[in-house]
Amino acid sequence: MHAAVIVFPGSNCDRDLAVTFERAGARVTMVWHKDIALPAGVDIVGVPGGFSYGDYLRCGAIAANSPICRSVVAHADKGGFVLGICNGFQILTETGILPGALLRNAGLKYVCKPVHLTVATTDSAFTRRYEAGQTITVPIAHHDGNYFADTATLDRLQAEDRIAFAYADNPNGSARGIAGILSRNRRVLGMMPHPERMAEPLHGGSDGAALFGGLVDQLTDA
Amino acid sequence: MKARVHVMLKNGVLDPQGEAVRHALGAMGFEGVEGVRQGKVIELDLAETDTARAEKTVTEMCEKLLANTVIESYRVELV
Repeated sequence: MHAAVIVFPGSNCDRDLAVTFERAGARVTMVWHKDIALPAGVDIVGVPGGFSYGDYLRCGAIAANSPICRSVVAHADKGGFVLGICNGFQILTETGILPGALLRNAGLKYVCKPVHLTVATTDSAFTRRYEAGQTITVPIAHHDGNYFADTATLDRLQAEDRIAFAYADNPNGSARGIAGILSRNRRVLGMMPHPERMAEPLHGGSDGAALFGGLVDQLTDA
Repeated sequence: MKARVHVMLKNGVLDPQGEAVRHALGAMGFEGVEGVRQGKVIELDLAETDTARAEKTVTEMCEKLLANTVIESYRVELV
């Protein structure tokens, strides 16, 4: 299983994400934002957290229009897997791969702490190793994680079982407590919390590891 | 030609920064401020001299980058 991790100027979770993919059994290639094409045969693209382009204009807006993101959109359009975490989630909404947008936290503060998430669906390669309704602990670290979408979009996400994770105790004002959502084909996941920062005992917990383990297993079998 | 683009959060999208400014104004003794919305202004220096073409191009820039139309509205002013 081959994962590509995109590196933008200002990415700061790219190596954490790469290490977590590797420990789950994936081969990882780092891809610079100015590259035009993804490496051949990539199974999943990881869009990491950080502050791409200094969060100028809007979080993720400039990254979403960088050369490599055109290839990421094409990869997703062809049914490829994509995982966007934190700034990566913001970038995926800015490209339009995922619906909605991430607004400034309702409390206006940057929030950096472990939170409890409810696994809202197990019907995806990302969540198949969890139990439905299971509570996991994963850290968040963001200023703009307040998920917004219009009511029709939120209703559709719920009706199509596309909410992957919900906050047990909403830390940022997100609509319907949404922490992570899936694309219609369930192969793209965007989430604000950082599963790669809670993936081995030395992190203080390993609830995030099952996301990567399930993913690598499924994509390796495929 | 210069273009000035005004970007605002759409009505109905909560603006926590505007709300914080409103609270601060109230705390400072400015009464009767019933709402504050905070947006941004982007100024562009354009080589284009034709107004219609400039407006069309800047509108395209807004749709593709300068505004996120999921949450923001924009207005283009040519000056």
